[in-house]
Amino acid sequence: MSDHVMKSYRFREEREADWKQLEDIIQRAEKRGVGGLTDQDMARLPGLYRQAVSSLSVARNISLDQNVVAYLETLCARAYFFVYGTRARMGERIAQFFARDWAAAVSAARGPTLLAFLCLFGGALLAFFLTLSDNEWYWTFHGGWDSRNPDATYDELRATLYNEQRDIVDMLGAFAAQLFSHNSGIAIFAFALGFAFGVPTAVLLIYNGVYLGSFYAVFWQKGLAFELTGWLFIHGVTELFAVILAGAAGFMIGGAVAFPGRKKRMQSMREAGEKAAMVIIGAVVMLFLAALLEGFGRQLINHDAVRYGIAGTTLIFWLGYFYLPRRADGDRRD
Amino acid sequence: MTEAAALSPTAVEEGRRRRARLKARRAESKRVRTLVTPEGAALNLRIASFGERFGAFILDVGLQFMLMFAIIFGIASIAGAFGFRGWQIAWAVAQILIFFVRNFYFIFFEISRKAATPGKRALGLRVADRQGGRLTANAVIARNFLRELEFFLPLSVLFSFGVDGVAGWINWLLLLWCGVFVLFPLFNKDKLRVGDLVAGTMVIHAPKVQLLKDIASVMPQGEAATGIRFTPAQLSVYGIHELHVLEDVLRQSTPEIKRSVAERISDKIGYAMSAGETDLAFLEAFYAALRRHLEQRMLFGERKEDKFDRR
Repeated sequence: MSDHVMKSYRFREEREADWKQLEDIIQRAEKRGVGGLTDQDMARLPGLYRQAVSSLSVARNISLDQNVVAYLETLCARAYFFVYGTRARMGERIAQFFARDWAAAVSAARGPTLLAFLCLFGGALLAFFLTLSDNEWYWTFHGGWDSRNPDATYDELRATLYNEQRDIVDMLGAFAAQLFSHNSGIAIFAFALGFAFGVPTAVLLIYNGVYLGSFYAVFWQKGLAFELTGWLFIHGVTELFAVILAGAAGFMIGGAVAFPGRKKRMQSMREAGEKAAMVIIGAVVMLFLAALLEGFGRQLINHDAVRYGIAGTTLIFWLGYFYLPRRADGDRRD
Repeated sequence: MTEAAALSPTAVEEGRRRRARLKARRAESKRVRTLVTPEGAALNLRIASFGERFGAFILDVGLQFMLMFAIIFGIASIAGAFGFRGWQIAWAVAQILIFFVRNFYFIFFEISRKAATPGKRALGLRVADRQGGRLTANAVIARNFLRELEFFLPLSVLFSFGVDGVAGWINWLLLLWCGVFVLFPLFNKDKLRVGDLVAGTMVIHAPKVQLLKDIASVMPQGEAATGIRFTPAQLSVYGIHELHVLEDVLRQSTPEIKRSVAERISDKIGYAMSAGETDLAFLEAFYAALRRHLEQRMLFGERKEDKFDRR
């Protein structure tokens, strides 16, 4: 070739085919994932990627063709996100979450969990004794619309605990309603509000405890505590555990913001956010299970002993699942 | 230059335009974050602007609503086919589906390989890790659950309170809350919302760019192949900015614009077009010659940014 040919033109001419090939591979990978690539593609990808990246830095220095430089910038960025992006498939990720990551994240957060537990049940105990000493307190915590209030009779209260109709429609309806009940909202907000040093999270948990405690006191006074416990805890073990874990996730973030230690505050918050997200998505799963238990289990099972049995079993299950030590695995990925 | 010395109105106007252009470029360069890959190469990622992100969000919310209506409509028509017996079941199923659309729409799309919801994709945006690491599912979950708090919670409370007729100041407080979070990205240089802050993510603007034909490919041999020649003096009139404008003109403008540009350039450099020479041929030849000239000077470390640059 003669000296007359422009350097940037020749540069492009020599490499263009490889850029196109890389673009084609990335395009397929973005559409169908690693499954869309052949072994040959996989073998060529690292070389093509490195070549494109070095082409980019050369092009910036020798070429004044805007289109080429812009093209290489986006091509390299896309290739970079693919090459250094996550490789695990969705199925693997989910399996790994349930097998290891979730339990590991929960059991690593014992401190925040204990704090959330104390907030919720501390509030409940407080409201319980306050309402026992003076029924007026009940009205401080509840609106007037609930029929399960201190003025209700024994029979009225008892009727709310047992369900004689066993209609699939009611169960499904109860399940759906439960999904939208304030619990999933509370869980998400207990987590999301955590970044304000965890204070709103604590308030939210205590408030819910208070609600629960005063409610409990009403039934206690009428001698229905045993029955209520069964009614409540058949799903409540799972549900309250989930709310506590959500609160714990909020405290994790709050703690990381308030006490970053040697790290930068942003870095600390971000690291805590990663772990807390694992706890919170688990809590959402638990709330889903709790909604199933509430919608179907509680409607179908009207026997106290069986209700207690289920409550106890779920408690043992969750505690064992989260806190029993696991055999450490070789390849830990996050 | 004589016109600069005389300070003619056009020269003043040109100076003003140049200052505006340089200012716009400085603002643009503030949005670029350089990411050094493990190979040691620098990638320039552009932070998405507030407007782009807001537009994408509106698109996504609209799409969510459409999905929800589609679910309700679909299930209602199925229930209608059964004569609305057991419509409670249909309603419960619809509620459950809507629950998933409502809570997992953003997470579902951002966890996928494209790391962007349909709205973001439409505007060429994607979510990325702030330090150039890989975007984890946990980060996506964290940033989207915080969205609930930033936007959907205050809004839903606002609507539910409106029915009950609770004191007006609560509504104003909620609007304020909403406003603080929604406008939060305006007040930091990375345009992060609170969810990005917690999750360690950022949203970048990375649209696909097609590789177009090299304009210089018409005559890679330069002047030697055609009869059109330019003197060094003619080529040193313009700089890189003008070259890029010329590139845009050649790639995407009408023949009339090309004609007027060709006239202005030949006027300015004092080039007499020979008979039978088309505007396009002249512009392409000039583009190739100017690019070669400027690239050569760039190799020697002289970047002539624009025609005012006295290098």
